[in-house]
Amino acid sequence: MAAKSLREIRIAAAAGIGRRRCFSGDAAAAAAAGVAEGKVGGGAGKEVNLFTAINQALHIALDTDPRSYVFGEDVGFGGVFRCTTGLADRFGRNRVFNTPLCEQGIAGFAVGLAAMGNRAIAEIQFADYIFPAFDQIVNEAAKFRYRSGNEFNCGGLTIRSPYGAVGHGGHYHSQSPEAFFCHVPGLKVIIPRSPREAKGLLLASIRDPNPVVFFEPKWLYRLAVEEVPEEDYMLPLSEAEVIRKGSDITLIGWGAQLAVLEEACEDAAKDGISCELIDLRTLIPWDKETVEASVSKTGKLLVSHEAPITGGFGAEIAASITERCFQRLEAPVARVCGLDTPFPLVYETFYMPTKNKVLDAIKATVNY
Amino acid sequence: MAAAILLRRVPPARAQATALIAARSISDSTAPLTIETSVPFTSHIVDPPSRDVTTTPAELLTFFRDMSVMRRMEIAADSLYKAKLIRGFCHLYDGQEAVAVGMEAAITRSDSIITAYRDHCTYLARGGDLVSAFAELMGRQAGCSRGKGGSMHFYKKDANFYGGHGIVGAQVPLGCGLAFAQKYRKEETATFALYGDGAANQGQLFEALNISALWKLPAILVCENNHYGMGTAEWRAAKSPAYYKRGDYVPGLKVDGMDVLAVKQACKFAKEHAIANGPIVLEMDTYRYHGHSMSDPGSTYRTRDEISGVRQERDPIERVRKLILAHDLATAADLKDMEKEIRKEVDDAIAKAKESPMPDTSELFTNVYVKGFGVESFGADRKELRATLP
Repeated sequence: MAAKSLREIRIAAAAGIGRRRCFSGDAAAAAAAGVAEGKVGGGAGKEVNLFTAINQALHIALDTDPRSYVFGEDVGFGGVFRCTTGLADRFGRNRVFNTPLCEQGIAGFAVGLAAMGNRAIAEIQFADYIFPAFDQIVNEAAKFRYRSGNEFNCGGLTIRSPYGAVGHGGHYHSQSPEAFFCHVPGLKVIIPRSPREAKGLLLASIRDPNPVVFFEPKWLYRLAVEEVPEEDYMLPLSEAEVIRKGSDITLIGWGAQLAVLEEACEDAAKDGISCELIDLRTLIPWDKETVEASVSKTGKLLVSHEAPITGGFGAEIAASITERCFQRLEAPVARVCGLDTPFPLVYETFYMPTKNKVLDAIKATVNY
Repeated sequence: MAAAILLRRVPPARAQATALIAARSISDSTAPLTIETSVPFTSHIVDPPSRDVTTTPAELLTFFRDMSVMRRMEIAADSLYKAKLIRGFCHLYDGQEAVAVGMEAAITRSDSIITAYRDHCTYLARGGDLVSAFAELMGRQAGCSRGKGGSMHFYKKDANFYGGHGIVGAQVPLGCGLAFAQKYRKEETATFALYGDGAANQGQLFEALNISALWKLPAILVCENNHYGMGTAEWRAAKSPAYYKRGDYVPGLKVDGMDVLAVKQACKFAKEHAIANGPIVLEMDTYRYHGHSMSDPGSTYRTRDEISGVRQERDPIERVRKLILAHDLATAADLKDMEKEIRKEVDDAIAKAKESPMPDTSELFTNVYVKGFGVESFGADRKELRATLP
């Protein structure tokens, strides 16, 4: 993929919203780091938004494997975020279909379908609604292979679900429940940051022989626009990506938070602080080596996510990196996360790990 | 009871105005009037109640007024949402007003109601006022949940309205818990747990049915069947859309949910049944004019003709208007005047709600635990800023 095209990132619908944008990283830095470029096809792409990229991935998944199925609440009509538009028309209602409103049933059904050797691509309409399905995912899907001594598995299972804030979603349309699933060996948890990443990571997730929970940053569905190759391509799972090279501090995040961290990096640069930015991409099993290498170089680490700070996945990163880089750390690991409150309706911005909070933490850590 | 609803909500100045109009031509008679329901009740393993419903001229006028207030409130909420004065997710009830109003007319405030997120009008029926409704919608201090809940989370404890729940179907088992407490206290009261036809397919519903039947709880499971679970028509999602039969061993009744008198009759019957014998399912055949939520135009999965057909043939407010006119209880002009007043009343309530300030910023941290026990808020740099909040 040409370096130039990677730079052609724009802020879609910036008017009025503007707080977030898609971020694909600095092309030169990415190329220098040798990140994932070779794995993306060289074909030209169109500029599309994130839900369209997801839609392309689902088209390809259904097209390339006749044993793949897409289902969930309202997906037959294109889904509430339009991610499944056109799928039912093209692949028929036997492969793309609406389910009743019953998340536990959707997840359990998907486990069974996958256990017969199919690719079950289930949608939970909002990540906030995934909790009725939690038992099926944690107790049935994640442990199927282990407890049957590898006789059975549901590796073809992928559960897609939009997560995170949208500015005014309130208590039940904004949560980031990724950490709950990161506590479950047997699952993979993936969160993309941009349209191009979303397409490649989703295809990799669908084809991965393990059950995957794939959270999509719903704030970016329409807002993030970038060039996405039209062909079939996959991005590697469990590989973090250094998307900005730096020397003073390492910043780690995933999903929509990357855009916030990038803005903070740019502001910090004005103060002469050089930040290295890493997109973790896969939360479990996660790429400790890339993070360790970066922290060994910078000596400082900041982790940031929207979910509440206590017990968030940032805590796991902080603990692991402290173990691995104790001698190299020059400051305590900083965490800039959501507050330990339910996701609020009013004062959402107070809750959120905003750019200025990140910037303050960068400065405090660098000047420790 | 119905008259009481009117009085609680209407400020004194309005009540006076009503009295003046009444002096002109609107009947305030409390003489009994018997009216037949639109269609017969259909029942499952229980003998249905009579189609002849006893009402009064005053009650019919109250029904007309209460439903019109609800209709106007929801239309105003639509505008406020589009003006971005209401944030979050917002689900409107217009079309379904007869369910909230008819149910309230049959029970007392000692009975409990619990519902999902389409809760604005149930709150009004339970005696909530327009100002606190709009203030909550707009996230203001004067809101019924102090601005912390928003559209989906209205509550009114003094009227045993347990709200306002966000996850499809999750409120129904809670309703069984309420009913158990009522039975244990020997209160002779019952709980009405409301859910939609979409939620009817959730596993929790069947768990709730079994335990309430097992323990003979005074629980009435009310399925507000508006025929669409979000964007999916009932026949696409339910093998049996006869929701009143879904309880199997639990009796059920199918009710025209667009006929406020039928709803009243059914709820009265159901409450008596539940207290004496245990749970019963009421399926209210109703319709929502708006989409599922404000982000759903409501026209992609059904035709505009279908919506306008329901408006013309089955509208709950128009049904009562026709009854009032047919029985000479008021003139068409009287009812128009009443609607005009309601429009003003709603506009005034919005203006008043807008005056209410946003919640104090410290409210972000309150009510997580009692007195915020153990809750700490951290600054960006935890070393510099650490406060244990009240």
